[in-house]
This record gives sequence, structure tokens and C-alpha cells, in this order.
Amino acid sequence: MAAVQDGQLNLEVEKDIKTEITNDGSGNINANSSSPGSTSSGGKSKSPAGSGEDQQTLLAVLQFLKRNKLTESVDILRREAGLSADADDSPVSESAGAGSGGVPSVGADGGDANSLLSRVSIATPVAPPDCGLDSHGGLATPIYFHSSNNCACTVVAASGGEDQPDVNVVLSAYSQQGDPVLYPLYYNGLKKFIESVLDCHRAELSQVFYPLFVHMYLELVYNNHENEAKQFFEKFSGDQECYYEEDLRILSSMSKKEHMKGNETMLDFRTSKFVLRISRDSYQLLKRHLQERQNNQIWNIIQEHLYIDIFDGMPRSKSQIDAMSGSLAGEGKRDANKAKVFYGLLKEPEIEVPLDDEDEEAENEEGKPKKKKPKKDSMGSKSKKQDPNAPQQTRIPLPELKDSDKLDKIMNMKEATKKIRLGPDNLPSICFYSFLNAYQGLTAVDFTDDSSLIAGGFADSTVRVWSVTPKKLRRVKSAADLSNIDKESDDVLERIMDEKTASESKILYGHSGPVYGISFSPDRNYLLSSSEDGTVRLWSLQTFTCLVGYKGHNYPVWDTQFSPYGYYFISGGHDRVARLWATDHYQPLRMFAGHLADITCTLFHPNSNYVATGSADRTIRLWDVLTGNCVRILTGHKGPIHSLAFSPNGKFMASGATDGRVLLWDAFDDVELDDFTAATGHIHLPENSQELLLGTYMTKSTPVIHLHFTRRNLLLAAGAYNP
Amino acid sequence: MAEERRPKQCTVVLPTESMKAMAESIGVGQLQEESCAALSEEVSYRIKEIAQDALKFMHHGKRCKLTTSDIDHALKLKNVEPLYGFQSQEFIPFRFASGGGRELHFYEEKEVDLSDIINTPLPRVPLDVSLKAHWLSIEGVQPAIPENPPPAPKEQQKTESTEPLKAVKPGQEEEGSIQKGQGATSAEAKGKKDGLMRMKPRSTHELSVEQQLYYKEITEACVGSCEAKRAEALQSIATDPGLYQMLPRFSTFISEGVRVNVVQNNLALLIYLMRMVKALMDNPTLYLEKYLHELIPAVVTCIVSKQLCLRPDVDNHWALRDFAARLMAQSCKTFSTTTNNIQSRITKTFTKSWLDDKTQWTTRYGCIAGLSELGPDVSCAFVSCTLEEMFSPHSKHCASVIAKARPLPDNVEQYRADYGYLGPMLCSHVVKARNHTHHHTASAHPNGVSERNRRVRGVPYRQHHQGTQLPHPHVHPTRHPNTAIAPGNQVHRHGNQLRIIFHPAGTVDGSFVVFVFFEIVTKTIVFKSINTIHSVLLHSPDIVPVKGLDTYSFKAFYFYYFLHCRIIVKTSNLTHMESCSNQKSVKQINIFYI
Repeated sequence: MAAVQDGQLNLEVEKDIKTEITNDGSGNINANSSSPGSTSSGGKSKSPAGSGEDQQTLLAVLQFLKRNKLTESVDILRREAGLSADADDSPVSESAGAGSGGVPSVGADGGDANSLLSRVSIATPVAPPDCGLDSHGGLATPIYFHSSNNCACTVVAASGGEDQPDVNVVLSAYSQQGDPVLYPLYYNGLKKFIESVLDCHRAELSQVFYPLFVHMYLELVYNNHENEAKQFFEKFSGDQECYYEEDLRILSSMSKKEHMKGNETMLDFRTSKFVLRISRDSYQLLKRHLQERQNNQIWNIIQEHLYIDIFDGMPRSKSQIDAMSGSLAGEGKRDANKAKVFYGLLKEPEIEVPLDDEDEEAENEEGKPKKKKPKKDSMGSKSKKQDPNAPQQTRIPLPELKDSDKLDKIMNMKEATKKIRLGPDNLPSICFYSFLNAYQGLTAVDFTDDSSLIAGGFADSTVRVWSVTPKKLRRVKSAADLSNIDKESDDVLERIMDEKTASESKILYGHSGPVYGISFSPDRNYLLSSSEDGTVRLWSLQTFTCLVGYKGHNYPVWDTQFSPYGYYFISGGHDRVARLWATDHYQPLRMFAGHLADITCTLFHPNSNYVATGSADRTIRLWDVLTGNCVRILTGHKGPIHSLAFSPNGKFMASGATDGRVLLWDAFDDVELDDFTAATGHIHLPENSQELLLGTYMTKSTPVIHLHFTRRNLLLAAGAYNP
Repeated sequence: MAEERRPKQCTVVLPTESMKAMAESIGVGQLQEESCAALSEEVSYRIKEIAQDALKFMHHGKRCKLTTSDIDHALKLKNVEPLYGFQSQEFIPFRFASGGGRELHFYEEKEVDLSDIINTPLPRVPLDVSLKAHWLSIEGVQPAIPENPPPAPKEQQKTESTEPLKAVKPGQEEEGSIQKGQGATSAEAKGKKDGLMRMKPRSTHELSVEQQLYYKEITEACVGSCEAKRAEALQSIATDPGLYQMLPRFSTFISEGVRVNVVQNNLALLIYLMRMVKALMDNPTLYLEKYLHELIPAVVTCIVSKQLCLRPDVDNHWALRDFAARLMAQSCKTFSTTTNNIQSRITKTFTKSWLDDKTQWTTRYGCIAGLSELGPDVSCAFVSCTLEEMFSPHSKHCASVIAKARPLPDNVEQYRADYGYLGPMLCSHVVKARNHTHHHTASAHPNGVSERNRRVRGVPYRQHHQGTQLPHPHVHPTRHPNTAIAPGNQVHRHGNQLRIIFHPAGTVDGSFVVFVFFEIVTKTIVFKSINTIHSVLLHSPDIVPVKGLDTYSFKAFYFYYFLHCRIIVKTSNLTHMESCSNQKSVKQINIFYI
């Protein structure tokens, strides 16, 4: 109630000002000056009452006035009647709304869209905001917007970094506006309506609040209604879901039109449509309400900035919606998650192993403690049959196996037989590697798959590699020395190593900023590191020198990872584009664009055909390496995602975010995505944490930065001791 | 709530004065108010933007503290030149200055003399990064090694003992997980489990082999004969963070040990066990509350047991009582809560046995020791209610004793120093006594004293002590314990006397009472000199042993003891005392005895 009264007060104040300015229609002035408060409140109380006939006549009058360019009278009359600024546009919008998001009309008028675009983008900075509305009328604006949106995309794709025209175009979409004073009333009206609908629809419709709030606020800001924007924000920001608080904070700091240029969050909202999934019933309810009220301001926003994904079926409950919401741009669209994902593992190459050797070796090793490499094919049975969910072996070209790789595979299999079976009754042992004297500078850690090496990335731009086995790290001899080596000898691989350089750790210098991502190649010959300086570097672990600096990200690269088959690697960073590289190409092979905020973590699927990226826009995307398409958008996290992991069989994915939750995803199968009532695609771990949590192990003031299971299921952890 | 918070977030802007100050600093004077306002809004917004970006770098740097380098990196993102010269890892000392109605925060940049820098020796090279491995967990159980944090932090131990159902401890929930496994296999069972009340899982305290060895070593060293080993063992108990698992064992060990050794009157072992209790209490990582039911009885036994040693007249079991009393007081201070009421229960126990006529003197001593350690409040409330006044001037008897005890120069100041305000009077008496006769044996007096004692004893104290509402047992003169000790023999057998000094001064509000014990331990009078009472109150007891009394028969001591009391009573005025007791820093000292 207080809110409404507040709104009225504002209205009065505004009105008094306006009356001073507009002094042509004397009758109107009289009406205003006599008792502005009472008329306005009367008008408002009337319009919600919904006397349809009155509305119709009013509309007719309005349109008449408009046709005769009597804009000021239109304004006055509108205010008198308590109608929304665009009430007269309703028939048009309705017709557009009946189609799916007004797309057909775009197609029809696509031809002059460009001309409109050019006109507006020139006009907007100069023209006063009111012109926008009056000159275009209701029809042009939505068309213009859609086309501009498309254009914006092409601009981004074409010219890469150049933001400025894009920003202007995007921003100018807000040039259409209603009376700023009425915004809270609109919002409040909708709020009341949604609060009054049946419980089953309420949760779904409540999703509209946040995007609506944001866009209304941005419109107010864009049109220089700073105070109104502030009031609007103060009034309604408390209603938003708590997990949007971070965004709201950014929004709140934005109070001027000038701020909107170059603000990333703003751009995110503008360049993408907020996706909502609403059941058909709920949608109809909303639509009917907005049409009844002639509430075109809100309707326009919904039309232009929201993508409502309508599905048939039961409306979803609050908990179901909460499980999926939270990302910067709403949920993933349904068709975005339709593509088939081959999540199965690739067939293991047949490795010929003399079977009769096996028994002997097995006996042998009982006496000796490992180190030898008995050849054994225990994985044979697993790799024999083709997994129907696996991609074709040659779907993406993979490097051929070298002898050393085969040896490693054999070793791997042998170790796998010694794998400890873990379970609730058999918890893993954890070996913790503490980095001492790191002075809070440890930023990234990686282990090799065979757990023989540890690499650490540091804030002082260095990368350090440690050997955790008795085998020391040695450099290959210099070229001059190498030429003296007998290449025919059996131990040539030993001979090329320089014994003098043997040490437990090596430092790699080359970056010029903190190293945020680090990854060993599967064959342990290379190391990747990504840094604040915008480069990804490839290091040789034979010579301990930098081989390549991959330049492409101009901004900090937050994470990088080698493909499980080597050769390829993925990197992602502040520029919101994930890049797929091959080690022998200095330019990326694929660029995965779509995230709305920093890409914070990158991960290859175990079959190397897919790449997962987690982002600060609170979504996880799965990309197809072959096509470069985004095949899954996973929403549900409420904070920036900071870590990802695939299950070894490739079927599940786990993600951790700053919202303190770990989500487990089973979203690669052909989930019946229409049935939203059941499937959210993920299990929310904290809810079951009492049952699932097996143990908590505290470290002594050492934040844990990395975890790694060895082939025998020993858990390795690493972190910097920080007393 | 959120609504209240958020507007604050969005409205925080830099003050316009800052803009002016900054403009002046770069030579722009006379900035208009409007431009200042516009500027400050813009600057605030940009600063917020940069801070948000800097946060990103902080998160990716895996830190919780924003550093200047984060800001630099954020500026770099925006293509702004970073701020040079702020590469401080630590707190940047901004200074504050005000003047002319202006307030200014600034970063003090001192002029640096390069020659100084060149001449100063280079700082130590920071240690290089190194890698160290340890076991965080072995098959789900966290080993108690220095690299790991204490296995169960106190809070966790507490939740385990108070809310056993909620607590989840690492490596200890094998049982729970088995239950869970069963629950997973049959949904029905699970439903049942959830539906019915959850039983507290039986927790087995299995010790690893290492722990068992450790336990054996420690307990053996604690009660063994090698003092060095014992000190080490106690040190380990007091500091080792991993004893949580063994605590129940230690507790039982102590409680059983006390039980056995009290019967056997093995004073040494009892002392060792009490030292173990002390060590356990000193260990900051242990949650002892769970085992107080075993430890407190053991400690109390060591305070009040009738006999703690084979030869009570020779062995210093008083020390054990004192020590145990201190332990008791410490545990009351630490563990007493409104729910367990340890302190009040202990106090009641002590008071009750103290007031009981049949109580042995040793027990009585223990009770008073225990009560007095609990602090002046308790002592005042419980001890004073049984105090009675004595009105018999026998100062000269006392003086005669002192005359024997003290070396010859009878300096008034010295007396004052030793006996407080009583000093001068005592001094005069002593001087008289010295002049009078050296054959003033005490043997003639006991009867008279005890008669007097009997007479006076019957007067209940309560009528003088208005503040105390506690029940006061009416003590019949004939049945009073003091009559029992009146024959010197018994006292001699126990080798001890108690006296209490009633001291209304000392504490800030002047209303408290403190008691000092004079104990006569075989051939030695150990007492706390009166003028050190202040330090007793404020610090630790300062005990001044007075030696050289071995030539005196016990009767003399006894006599001395009574006489002393009377002197004091004579000089004190009860009404005066009471009137003084409400004032601050009253210097009056009144001595009573039991």
C-alpha cells in the first residue's frame, strides 16, 4: 500500500511540473490545477476496474489525436486516464505477440530494418527521448529492435573487438519509453497480479520479475530519469531473488546513461534475451492480464527482451524453477539442448600383449614392488564392444599413438588392476602436497596423469614443475653435445639427458602476469600455462623451455586444458570466447562464443569430442569440437562457476560454483526435455549432503587448490600453506 | 532487510570535497559544486567498476584478500595505466590529516635517500617455494600429525557430545555409512529409519596401534619414577593436539588411579595423577566437558580425603590438597555453566562437609582450601557465615611466641611490613615479652584458651553478618570441632592448623573477604604475612616460610595460634569492620580463626 501512495505522490509532483510546461489545452490545465491528486487517483482506480468501453473510447480518442499530431494533448489525456504510455499501441503488439516473439514481422519488414537502424543510431544520441516514441509509433520499434539485435551479432562476429557502434545500437533500443513515473505503477500492478494468481502459476510467473525489473531500470537510466530509476530500484530490488544480488549491485552502481556504454553486465542483458520457460497456461494468464490492462510498457519489454519458451504441461513448482534459474540470461532454450551428445568413450586401441607373459610377470611382481612394466591387457573386455553413445572413432582427427604412449597405456592398465575400489566403507587415502613459502602466490596446480609430476602456476608469473618420484627432472643436452651421442646405442634416450641439470624442480620463466591455468599434456612432454598477460604458453618438459606462445585472447586467460588425447587444447578467459587450439597451429581452430561473462574454467570431455566451459554468467556450456556449436546450456548455478569435472565414463559432469554448491549433471543423454516437471538435469548435492558426505578432512590453514585421483585411486591434493 | 541494505550500496559516492582536493592537487582551483557532484558520481562509478574487475583477479588468484596488484590488473583490462608504487603486499598506511575544515586521507610518501638504501645490507632473501607431502587422510581417517589440524576442533567435540545426532566426524562414521548403505538398498528401511527417531550411533573409540603405544608410554611415564620423562609426558599431554581420541582412556586412567591410590595412601602417585589432570586441562584442543564426571570426583578426593599418605604427620599431603583445590577452582572457572552448576555443587559439598562436626581436620582443611581457591566471593559467602568473634585479649602470649620466632631487632617498621597494621602493636608486645621472661612456656595456657574458646564459640556469627543469608548451623560449644583439637595431641597428629584472615580491603569494591591459611607443617610455620594480602588478592599467594621454630613444642604453636587470633580480635572492631566493608580500599584487616 505504501508503495502505491508513494507512486501517487510522485505522480503529483511530476504533474505539477508538466502542467507548467504544457499550457495549450486550457481545459486540461483546469482539470489538473483544480485537484490533480484526486483526478489522478480517480483515474487509476477506474482503469484497474477495467471498464472496457471507456477504455475503448479513450483509445479511439487517443489515436485520433495522435494522427493529428496533437502529442501534448495525447500525453495529458493519457495521464488523466492513467493509461500506459503505449496503451494505444496494444493492437499491434498483440498481433505480434500472437506469433512467436514477433519474428515473422521481422522477416516481413527486414528490408527497411537496416535503414531504420541507420536512422536511429544516428538520431538517438541527438534526439530527445520523446521523439523516439512519437516518430516511430508502436510498429517500428519492435522491428527495429530485432533487426538491430541481429545486426549486433553480425557486427561482433565480423569486427571482433570493436564495441562502440554495437553499444550504441544496443542501447538505443531503450530509446522508446513511457512516462517514467508510471514505471513503478506498472511493475506494482504486475506484482499484484502475480501475487493474486493461483499458486501453481505464481512461481512460474514470478520468473518475469527479475528480467522485467532489470530492463525497466535500464530504460529509466537510459532515458536520463536518474531519480526515478533510483527510486524504482530501491522500491523493488528487495523483491528479487537473493541469488541475483551480485547483478543488482552492479546495476545499482549504474545510474547514468553514460555508464551504460562499455558496461559488460549491461551489454549482457541487452545482447541476449532472457530466457524463461513458462507453461502455456501460465503464459496465457500473463498475456491476458497484460492485454486487459493495456499494459503495453511491460508487454513491450516482454516482447523485446524476453524469450519465453512455452511448453505444454503442468506449471513448474518453485523448487523446480529455482533449480534451473540463476544464470545471467535465464535458462537455456529448449532447442539449445536438443542436440545429440555422444558422451561415450572412444574405443581403446588394441594393444598387442603377449598373453603368456602375463602369468610370469604377475608372479614376478608379487616378489618385487612394481617398477617393471608387465604387459597386460585387462581393459580388453571393456574396449571390445562399441558403445552406442560413443562418437565415431574418427569424428575428430586424433593424433596417432606413439610407442611411448602405448607403453604408458599398458602401464595405466596395469595400475588400473591395482586400483582400490572405493566406496562409502572404503574411503580413499589423501596425500596432501603443501606448497611452502608460496606467500599466497599459488594460483594453479596440475598433476600428471601418472602422478609423477606436479606443476604450479604462481602469481609472480613463474611456472614451477616438481618431480614427486625419485626420478629427477633433467634437461636434454645442448645441440652441440647431442651431436656427439651415439644414436645407435640402446640407451640413447638416457644419454641425451644432461645429468648435470638433474634437480627436483624446475622453474619456467616466460609469462608476464599471474599464471591462472596450467595443464600437463597426457604424454608428459608438454605443459600448458595460461596467464593474465593474455597468452597461453606451451612448455617442453624435455628442454624446460617455452616452445610457443599462443596469442589470441587479448585479455587474461583464466584456464586452459589439454585434450585427453593430447594435441588439442582449450583455453578460455576474460574475453568470453573459448578457443580450441592445436599445438602446431598458432591460430585457434575453433572459437566458441556465447558466454555472457568471463569463461572461468574449461574442460575436455574424456572422448575429446566435446568441451565444457564454465562461466561467470553462471552457465555451463558444452561445445562440439567438430562443429563448434553449443550443444548444451546448463543453468542452475547461482554464482560464477569455478570448477568442472567429467566422470571417467563421460556420462556425468560435476560443477562447483561460488554459490557454494556442487551440481552433478546428467544432461548428455537424450533427456526428455519437454518434461520439465521431473528433469532438471542435475542433482543438487548440498540437499543430500547429509547422506552423501562421507568425510571432511581439514587442512591446516592450507586452501586446497587442486585434487587428483591417481591411477590406483589415491587422492592427491595440493595447496599453498598460508600461515 | 535486503531492501535496507541495497540502497546503501547504490548510493555510496565519494564526497565532493574529495573531488575538490584532487582537482587542487593537479592545479585546478575553483571547481564548481555542480561539476564536483557530477565528477564524484562518475568517479565513484568507475571505481566500483574497477573494484568489481579486481575482485575477479582476486578470485582467480585463489585469495580472499584484495591486493594492489589486483587493482593494477583490473586497470590494465580497461586499458588504463596501472598505479605504480603501490606494490605493497600488506596494509597500506593511509594517513589522516585535517585542517581548515578539510579532512584528508593520504598516502605518506617519504623522501628516500638513495645512499641509505645502497648502504643498508640487503634484506634476507625470502625462502624459495618448496613442496612437502603428508597424509591428509589414510583410508578415511585423518592421522594426528603436526601437518594436520587438531583432529577434532573443540567446537566439533562439543557438538558431538551435546548433539550426537548432528555431528559428522571424519573417519568415524563407518557405522553411519553402513546404515546408509543398507538404507540405499531397501528404500523401505530407509523410510523407516527416517520415520522413527534416529538412534545415536554407537561410537567406538578404537585407537590405532600408534595411539595405543603412545597411550602406554605416556601413562607409564606419568606415574613412573623418572621425573624428566614425566615432565616430557605431561608436556605432551598439555600441548599435543591429537589426544582427542585418547581422552576417555586418560580420564578413566586418572579416575581409577585415584580410587586405588587413595586406599593405598600413595601420595606420590596421587600427585602425579593430579598433574596429569592439570596437563589435560591445559591442553587447549581438548573438550573435557564430556569427562568431568570422572575427573572431578578424582580431584575432589584428592582435596578432601581423610588420609592421603601413610604418614600424614610427615608427608606433605597439604601440598596435594592445595594443588587439587587449585585444579578444582580452575575447572569450576572453565567448565561451570548454568546447566551443570559445577561450582555451586562443589561449593555445597565443601561447605557441607566443613560444617559437619564429625569431619576430620584434614578434610576440613581441604574444604576450606577448595572454597578459598574458588575466589573471595565464595569464601565470603560460605566461610564467613560460620565465623565467630573472639573477645579475649591475649596478645602478650602471642607476643611471646613471636619473640621466640623472630630475630632480635624489633623494628616497628619491620613488624608493620610483616603483620600489616598489627605490626606496631605486636611489636610493642614482643618487646615487652622479651623484657619479661624467656621462660614463658605455653603449656600453662591451653586450658584457659580452650575454655574461652568454648565459651565464645557458641555465638553465632550471623547476627553480625547481615549480608549473608545462608543457613548457619548452630554450633554447640561442646561439640565444636575446636574443642576436639584443644588438646594439643590431636593437632600435633595432624600437624596443621588453619587460620583465616578476614580482609575486607583489597578488592575494588572493598566488600570482599580473603582468607589466608597458616599451616603448620611439621616444625615449620608457613604463613602468609599479613601485609602480602594485597598481593594474595591480586596476584599469587606469597608464602613466607618462617623457620627456626623447631625448638618449640607444638603446644606453643597451638598457643601462639590462639593468642594470635585474640590479639587480632581485640584490635578489631566488628562494627567498624562492617562499616568499612562497603568502602573502597579499606585498609582494615580483621583476623578470625576457626
